[in-house]
Amino acid sequence: MKPAPFTYVRAESIEQAVDALRAHGSEAKLLAGGQSLVPALNMRLARPTVLVDLNRVPGLDGIDEENGAIRIGALVRQSSAERARLVRERCPLLAESLPLVGHFATRNRGTIGGSIAHADAAAELPLALVALGGSVITTLRTMPAADFFVGHFTTALADDEIVVATMWPRPRPGEGSALVEFAPRYGDFALASAACFLRVENGAVSEARLAVGSVTDRPELLDVEPLLGSTVDDDAVRSVGASAAGAVDPPPNLHGTPQYRRALLGTLVGRALRRAWIRATEASP
Amino acid sequence: MTALELTVNGRTYREEVQPRLLLSDFLRHRLGLSGTHVGCEHGVCGACTIRLDGAAVRSCLLLAVQADGCAIETVEGLAANGELHPLQEAFREHHALQCGFCTSGILMAAADLLEQDRTPTRDEIVDMLSGHLCRCTGYEPIVDAIAQVAGTP
Repeated sequence: MKPAPFTYVRAESIEQAVDALRAHGSEAKLLAGGQSLVPALNMRLARPTVLVDLNRVPGLDGIDEENGAIRIGALVRQSSAERARLVRERCPLLAESLPLVGHFATRNRGTIGGSIAHADAAAELPLALVALGGSVITTLRTMPAADFFVGHFTTALADDEIVVATMWPRPRPGEGSALVEFAPRYGDFALASAACFLRVENGAVSEARLAVGSVTDRPELLDVEPLLGSTVDDDAVRSVGASAAGAVDPPPNLHGTPQYRRALLGTLVGRALRRAWIRATEASP
Repeated sequence: MTALELTVNGRTYREEVQPRLLLSDFLRHRLGLSGTHVGCEHGVCGACTIRLDGAAVRSCLLLAVQADGCAIETVEGLAANGELHPLQEAFREHHALQCGFCTSGILMAAADLLEQDRTPTRDEIVDMLSGHLCRCTGYEPIVDAIAQVAGTP
């Protein structure tokens, strides 16, 4: 349980980190909080020959409001975001998701950008960002979150591209969101997870996004056409949950069969939808 | 080898280490501070939790070279001038430890929690403890001990 040897590069600037990636290509790995990468190094599931440490790169740890969104620097620790007033007040879906990420001590070190770039299919932050219609800012471009995640541990990032920040749209009146998951033990990887965003105008849904995680190989947006123009009542909760359960094909794992995980997802989707509706309608003027 | 300078429990150390050396192994094998325990080595069990510039973190998920210039506190630094830390006193009083393997990590995380949030609720204490595996005492006495120091009703 010790990492294989590697060359350690402590980047002092983002340019230096990009240069190191260009010089070493896919042999190099970026180290941010290390809460997923270092376990993989210890178990030798990952054996990069060069490790580029981003932790001393200045300017990546800000939380600011910008064009109706909260911009969170890639190196912001999950616990700092959890405590940030801007996140608690202007980014309720992120605030709801953060306590579900790992544990107290891993959130002290784990970063927002690292969780996004790692792209674990069971991770909460990618799911929340996709459901909110947020985006990922890299050294090369700005990408909608829905295009950023390609598969389990796989993103649209090029070999020499680095996540710089994520953009989380702040809710407007009439909008509500929710993220729910089920894990056998608190803090474990979820067996199924769902996040929902709704905008309600004149008592009916005018915009919706429903993203599911853990049961798919990336946060996946489901069809929400049936919701548009209607209200969210018990029937809607049941039918949207049932169609979500029918739309996914999760593999079995130690804690659940595919049938169980589908049924679980249906319930969680219903809960996320109902909560988002309550929040959107409570927030209505 | 990479040069490293850091303070541990207030004392400065200058060492040369391989980049792949984990901070947990550096503390235990190089500095002889074996109060930091090593359980799972992938961040799950919480036994190796220490404080890095005040924040409770897993020392098995940090490279020693990453702690260059940092201030580290381990369980050996909790008691001051021969007096147990209030958390250590409370653990003794509530029988919150038995074999002690998980204890040092829990103490360091609890110390961080109490400094951040002086009166955490019982649920917040339980949430923090979800990152620490204890296999003998059971968690109730541990929650009681931390709650007593925090002044949680």
